[in-house]
Amino acid sequence: MGSVVVLQSAVLIAMIDLVGLTKRFDGFTAVDRVTLSVAPGEILALLGPNGAGKTTTVRVLAAILRPTMGHAFVAGYSVTEHAQEVRRRVGLLTEYPGLYLRMRGEDYLDFFGRLMGLDADECERRARELLARFGMPEAWDQRMGTYSKGMRQKMALVRAMLHDPPVLLLDEPTSAMDPHSAKLVRDTVRSLRHHRRAIVICTHNLAEAEALASRIAIIRRGRIIALGTPAELKARLLGPSLMELRLLHPTDGVVNLISDLVKVEVQGENWLRYATANPQETNPLLLQTLAAYGVGVITLSEVPRSLEDVYLRVVEE
Amino acid sequence: MVAVTERMRATVGEAPRLVLTLIKREVWDTLRDWRIIVPIVILTLFFPALMSFVANMALDWVAEYGAPIVGERMLPFLLMVVGFFPISFSLVIALETFVGEKERRSLEPLLATPLTDAQLYLGKTLAAMLPPLLAAYLGITVYLTGLHFFKGWSPPPILLVLVVLLTTAEGLVMVSGAVVISSQTTSVRAANLLASFIIIPMTLLIQGEAIIMFWANYGVLWWVVLFLVVVDVILVRMGIHIFNREELLGREIDQLNVASLWRKFCGYLRWEPWFFGLDLQKMPAWLRWLGMVGGLYGRDIPAILRRSWLALAVVVIGLLFSAGIGYDFATRYQLPPGVLQLENVSAETFSELPAVDWLPVFTVWGVLLNNVRSLMAAALLAVFSFGTLAVALLMAPLAIVFFFVTQAAYVGYSPALFFAAFVLPHGLLELPAATIATALAVRLGAAFMSPPRGMTVSDGWLWALADFVKVFIALLLPLLVLAAAVEVRVTPTIVAWAFGG
Repeated sequence: MGSVVVLQSAVLIAMIDLVGLTKRFDGFTAVDRVTLSVAPGEILALLGPNGAGKTTTVRVLAAILRPTMGHAFVAGYSVTEHAQEVRRRVGLLTEYPGLYLRMRGEDYLDFFGRLMGLDADECERRARELLARFGMPEAWDQRMGTYSKGMRQKMALVRAMLHDPPVLLLDEPTSAMDPHSAKLVRDTVRSLRHHRRAIVICTHNLAEAEALASRIAIIRRGRIIALGTPAELKARLLGPSLMELRLLHPTDGVVNLISDLVKVEVQGENWLRYATANPQETNPLLLQTLAAYGVGVITLSEVPRSLEDVYLRVVEE
Repeated sequence: MVAVTERMRATVGEAPRLVLTLIKREVWDTLRDWRIIVPIVILTLFFPALMSFVANMALDWVAEYGAPIVGERMLPFLLMVVGFFPISFSLVIALETFVGEKERRSLEPLLATPLTDAQLYLGKTLAAMLPPLLAAYLGITVYLTGLHFFKGWSPPPILLVLVVLLTTAEGLVMVSGAVVISSQTTSVRAANLLASFIIIPMTLLIQGEAIIMFWANYGVLWWVVLFLVVVDVILVRMGIHIFNREELLGREIDQLNVASLWRKFCGYLRWEPWFFGLDLQKMPAWLRWLGMVGGLYGRDIPAILRRSWLALAVVVIGLLFSAGIGYDFATRYQLPPGVLQLENVSAETFSELPAVDWLPVFTVWGVLLNNVRSLMAAALLAVFSFGTLAVALLMAPLAIVFFFVTQAAYVGYSPALFFAAFVLPHGLLELPAATIATALAVRLGAAFMSPPRGMTVSDGWLWALADFVKVFIALLLPLLVLAAAVEVRVTPTIVAWAFGG
């Protein structure tokens, strides 16, 4: 009990806390000594190839699977010792919507709302509000068997958010959705970022992860192999920023003019690229030098580097 | 954030509320599946009405041929049938209950709710039982109403209570068994195949009940009800013990990993070397085998016996009960005078016993082989009967022994001397060996019902099997060899000395 009390008092520091979490199935290690914490107000994206251990991690956090070794605390409660308390505080969007297709939206949400401890009025108010937010108020009266794929996914998301949990675990939240619905869900997730709520998203959609997540954890074979903000990961794994300079004239001779400031990596007829660890200092100096020699500059910009580059670098290593 | 309604939890009581919510949804779902509802309605309303009509016609018809007794016996039988048919649907519903949800991917959201494993199990079990059971009661009502109007026949109240109890207990057996199957399989197809383990015994039971109904010995059916209640308790306990959400979700395919199972089994067979606290590393290499022997007999086997105490207690109680049965039968069925004549018994009398087919050849090898075979059969039967048949198999010869001990007393011999001469010499070795072997066999069967805490069913069973194999080879086999030698070489001499002329 002592550890629980301590962790409950430390809720403001970490809403999710994993310490050496390991999960084995019959000799196969799905999650291997994962240590990680997610603070309230934070959105963590779990990235990784299929079978990397993302869903298993989420299932442990939802107190469905028990850790083989290590500890997992959610909202201050141990997933092994206080599984029910954890489940009350977690909203889980599963990989598949898993709806009861013979039921109507109203009955379905009423069922889950009651299991989560909501009374009928509160449940209906929350359910209608969420359905309206996802642009499908008509789903309330319809049998779920008649829903489109996207509607089913959104209904599953409503189910996960119904009891307004402090921890949201979203496994592939926008899979099977059309671009409009996916944007709607992304906007909703962004709006759910709350100073008392932690959100974990498992996704293969790297652009989505980059757009939503405050931090990203890349998992491979059950281990976290990279963890940080998107910017940190890019800097750490892809090296210094790459700048592209476009000139009015051919680059002949310009390379020599700036060779003391930067090392040119690649060049074309009227453009060149260089890497710099400190663009704030390097770029103004470079522009001053070029201006002093009367070299006309069209643009100086950072070459965009996607999270995909980071991901592929890490996973392929 | 929305606060969870504490008041609601406090006033209604959370556990029953959660279970009722689950039951309500499950029943609701069942009632919206026309593939279940149409047959239930037919079996609840149409079929009992038809049975009532048929019974009415049949009564008149058999009466014309001077056999009214056939009609009289048929009415209670049909009462049982109209009750049983609707509850047969509970099997279909229960088989589908977990594995069907798993196949439709709707199980994981349910497992993520605050429902405990026991609440999930209970809710699903009751939900699978309620609609078919209510349909069965309705069917019985329709049948009896029809007969009342057609013939003015009503069953004796006790018979009605008996049939209702029988129907309920049968329903619970099928549902609790099917829920166990459903929670341990990964596809509805596999669950349906395994359902044979429920359907076949139930079919045999119903046939037996039909015979009893025509025999009109309704008192026997109370024993059937008692038996079913015991099976219900075992299955429900088994279900609660082995049901856990991790198993439900963790197992994706029914894969039999023989290599992994074998490794586990070998791991359970191992034991720590020990020899009276001595540092084995400091002992000469050629003496280190003593550590293995000391570890096995000084530590490991006693530990196995300690953890088998409950099974041992069950076997001992069974043996005491068998003594009572032997005594009871002996008092009711006394042997005719002259059958038990021991004056002319000699050591050679025993060697003539092979003339009786079912007895083993009276040699050390023959007796040993018979004992080993019996104990192996007990272990095998235990696996299929939650351990009960292993105890029954040991009780049978003990009941026979006490039957003859009591008969000996009736014809004037000392029962203590009879027991001491015929049983005790080899029994001192054989009885403990058989008791321990049976207890370990009981554990083999009970592992399905109640695996040790923290273990899966397969791990618990492999552990029990390793214990059985280890103790059987290291302890019981030597005891049985000695017992067989004493039985063949010593017991006849003692019997001849005690009773012979």
